[in-house]
Amino acid sequence: MNTNDSATQQPLVQIRNLQKRFGDVVVLDGLNLDIEIGNHVAIIGRSGSGKSTLLRLLMTLEKPEAGTICIDGEYLWHQQQNGQLVPASLAHTRRVRGKVGMVFQHFNLFPHMRVLRNVAEAPRLVLGLSRREAEARARELLDRVGLSDKADAWPQELSGGQKQRVAIARAMAMQPQIMLFDEVTSALDPELVGEALQFLRELADEVSMTMLLVTHQMHFAEQIADRVIFIDSGKIVEDDEPAVIFHHPRQQGTREFLNAVLSPADD
Amino acid sequence: MPQPLDLMPTLLQGLWVTVQVYLGAAVFVLVCGVVVGSMRSSRHRWLRWPAKGYILGFRGVPALVLLFWFYYVMPAIGLRLPALAAGILALGLNFGAYAAELVRGAIAAVPSGQTEAAIALNMTPMQRMIRVIGPQATLRALPPMGSLNIELMKNTALVFFIGLHDLTFQGRILQNDTQRTVQIFTLALAMYFVLALCIMAASRGLERVMGRGMQGGAR
Repeated sequence: MNTNDSATQQPLVQIRNLQKRFGDVVVLDGLNLDIEIGNHVAIIGRSGSGKSTLLRLLMTLEKPEAGTICIDGEYLWHQQQNGQLVPASLAHTRRVRGKVGMVFQHFNLFPHMRVLRNVAEAPRLVLGLSRREAEARARELLDRVGLSDKADAWPQELSGGQKQRVAIARAMAMQPQIMLFDEVTSALDPELVGEALQFLRELADEVSMTMLLVTHQMHFAEQIADRVIFIDSGKIVEDDEPAVIFHHPRQQGTREFLNAVLSPADD
Repeated sequence: MPQPLDLMPTLLQGLWVTVQVYLGAAVFVLVCGVVVGSMRSSRHRWLRWPAKGYILGFRGVPALVLLFWFYYVMPAIGLRLPALAAGILALGLNFGAYAAELVRGAIAAVPSGQTEAAIALNMTPMQRMIRVIGPQATLRALPPMGSLNIELMKNTALVFFIGLHDLTFQGRILQNDTQRTVQIFTLALAMYFVLALCIMAASRGLERVMGRGMQGGAR
């Protein structure tokens, strides 16, 4: 594999002219985006602006109508054949998909498995680790997210914040190159949000993993991200450092959006 | 033997036949339910359509007529089935169609987020079904499956009409011989009822064993 060469030369994720429609509704309208290794990118925007759809396309939960996604030098939905791009085989998409991990808004833990097995199952099944190896990896990750004492608990016995940490450990156990976080805090009880944000910030500082986060928490985006992207109507309106986006946005659209979400009390 | 216990040996013989028909058909129903129900949930047309056809066909006909068909019509086209086999086949195919619908419903009721999480963990469609969707669907299917089994057990009385010596048939024989109608059919009812209680208990036990940890329902 030429992953190391290519990684130093080109962005980890390259999105070109990405288009997605649901019926007549255009959700992504020719979106272009590059994400470098180690980037912590926060995506902000109104509901329905296409933020979550972008993540779902990257995770192959939805299929784009047009455009390409390239991850670590390989196309996600296409493959090269005689110098031409053709739709990818399932095996190809699966292989490239392995470079991506996702933490869902509602965590989607497996309710019929204890916490340890939630984390260890896919490494065993998909990566072919032995039971012992997979469980050792799972315990290590649970320890890292501060839940080593919950390995034998059922997901239903955990708080929202704990479920989220298990979901993070579960995704990290597959050792993806990029982690997607969908609406990281919107399913948590208000009193847990601060704690979860704190935890994610520490995680982001600690691991050099590339992260792409969709969030409604502007404060959080400002603190965790080294890059913030404002999406509106399926297009990137502004893409800059947090300090610029939140304090000196260049685009009228970004200003309007931030005015609306940052000062709801004034409305 | 004092009355009404002298009726018991004959009735118990019938009960044994009833149990055989029920167990045979129940295995059939389970296999049909899981296989056809999974096919019915498939993304692939060539799996889904035969399943749809089966469900449509066998759910839309009375079990009794199906039973007659297997027992009286099949020999006409050269296939003579023993009464027990005809009974098991007719009831199994008929109730299997209900079971398939029930399994399909249970699979559909597993939240889509579970499939998405399994995709995000890069599981194959087969791994998703066996490790993630199947176990959760099974848990959902158990209670209605229990009811269906009770329904199936009661419907085994239909094999009376093709001359199988089941509990109902034995009751009729005793009625002819002894005229002790009240005793005979009260005992028969009690036996069917005890059988139903056993099925209910087994179903509850399975739910409890398989549902460990999922208290508060599968979410």
